[in-house]
Amino acid sequence: MLLDVEGRTVGDAGALLNGAVAQAVSPDSLTLRMSPGWPLRLDSGAALAPLTIAYQTYGALNAAKSNALLICHALSGDQHVANPHPITGRPGWWETMVGAGRPFDTDRFFIICSNVLGGCMGSTGPSSANPETGEPYGLDFPIVTVADMVRAQALLIDHLGIETLLCVAGGSMGGMQVLQWAATYPDRVFAALPIATAARHSSQNIAFHEVGRQAIMADPDWRGGRYLVEGTRPSKGLAVARMAAHITYLSESALHRKFGRNLQDRAARTFSFDADFQVESYLRHQGAIFVERFDPNSYLYMTRAMDYFDLAADTRGSLAGAFKGSRTRFCVVSFTSDWLFPTSDSRAIVRALNAGGASVSFVEIETDRGHDAFLLDVPEFIDTTRGFIDAAARARGVD
Amino acid sequence: MSVAQTLAHSRVDLLRVAELVAPGCKVLDVGCGDGELLRLLAEERNVDGRGIELSQQGVNDCVAKGLSVIQGDADADLADYPDDAFDYVILSQTLQATRRPRVVLEHMLRIGRRAIVSAPNFGHWSVRAQLAFLGRMPVTKNLSHSWYDTPNIHFCTIADFVALAREVGATIDKSVALDRHGRPLNSVWPRRAWNLLGDQAIFLLHRKR
Repeated sequence: MLLDVEGRTVGDAGALLNGAVAQAVSPDSLTLRMSPGWPLRLDSGAALAPLTIAYQTYGALNAAKSNALLICHALSGDQHVANPHPITGRPGWWETMVGAGRPFDTDRFFIICSNVLGGCMGSTGPSSANPETGEPYGLDFPIVTVADMVRAQALLIDHLGIETLLCVAGGSMGGMQVLQWAATYPDRVFAALPIATAARHSSQNIAFHEVGRQAIMADPDWRGGRYLVEGTRPSKGLAVARMAAHITYLSESALHRKFGRNLQDRAARTFSFDADFQVESYLRHQGAIFVERFDPNSYLYMTRAMDYFDLAADTRGSLAGAFKGSRTRFCVVSFTSDWLFPTSDSRAIVRALNAGGASVSFVEIETDRGHDAFLLDVPEFIDTTRGFIDAAARARGVD
Repeated sequence: MSVAQTLAHSRVDLLRVAELVAPGCKVLDVGCGDGELLRLLAEERNVDGRGIELSQQGVNDCVAKGLSVIQGDADADLADYPDDAFDYVILSQTLQATRRPRVVLEHMLRIGRRAIVSAPNFGHWSVRAQLAFLGRMPVTKNLSHSWYDTPNIHFCTIADFVALAREVGATIDKSVALDRHGRPLNSVWPRRAWNLLGDQAIFLLHRKR
């Protein structure tokens, strides 16, 4: 998420970190706790139990249960879409989109967002207790895939008594979940809005993720993933991972427009390795605020899930096969300056949907704000989203 | 005002195009603008319509109407569609703005069992007169751009289009020329007369198989 350089100063680090651990174990969210006798079968072959899904809802479900929208969050996101974040106190990550009168209109729709499987905001993940040891899983947590995340979400949707979602929407890793939802549960998704995403993670993106993971694992405080047990925290590693990743969420022109070569709180170079440049200070700040709220092991698992994502692999290499005969209406959105999930990735999805005979719209939004544009106030994007959701609601007879 | 009434005022050629489409079929409208033709076809002919449109605003207008429209253009995006994916592929008033009109037409005939093309007629007498007597590139009500900023880079006459259809192995099933008020010219007139008096023409074609 793009935050100002002059953002909130980092407060009592210890208290905040305790807050992060507390949210993982007992979140300020609704929770669905599955019975230990009902394990979730994962793509890896592992069975995960007990399973907890932490989620937030906004608005009210109508009597016909036809006005439910599911939002899938991205790598560094969580279920706190439109309420202050319980750790940082910052506004929800998609308040430009979700709220009264917004495209995801809380006056008209019932909006659901759950923390993904493997996450660190209350859903079962590597910081949850391993029932076999009573200690946090750490690296004993099984590798999860995007399809596993979606299976867990489907359990939540079952629990809420919703047969068909009016719309499933999300950007980046959230968009991967949207595509997976449409491929796995075509009859349960009336409309799908995959944003700034891809049907498979590119080699370049896997490469960036590997840099992030190595940064975390190179931190001596990572302790082979056992930092929670040993009372340390690989904050430096996670901060570097976040800094490197954050660059990929922006664009060169956006960085230049925002920072140029401007110096940070000083009139001249200091001839040192201080953060002389504003862009350095900004990245350090991004790293620092991220470690307040995110679990390093979760970061490893999330990035791995994205790397493994290749929707066509399940249909013998044919992406069109994944969507064949789908009656879901799709709206695929990309951004001109997004080089992490470029328009060509979105066009590949659109081609496959067309070849499968699906109903698909595609919009490429002109902006210089890079991959992060999907989180920002980009009026044309908001208009597209509003139009698509309203039209889907009309088609389904939702007022 | 109904969609049809709105179009009767603005784009009468689209009404003529719509008349050529059989009810209940699947249609791709290439260069669909704000989606008025697709909406007309959906409302009055129960058509399952899809569109391609270059402009952001056009695509957003279409999406807001519940239409399935892809941001793209005829030159780049038709190649991605499988054979016989549609009953009709429509290209109205756009052929002259494509980079490779022949390839576009061939794709249309491949993707659709039928193609409908409407195009301005560069053989109209007023166009010929401007070039012949004024020695200037023609600017008319329908072709309102100056030569240096026109998006219309591949003009053709009715006779030219008929020749292109023959070259790509297409059969013209129906054709109609319209005057500048959108009224059909007498169908028994020879094509040469259409080529002189038609402001634009609409063709329904299919490829020989």
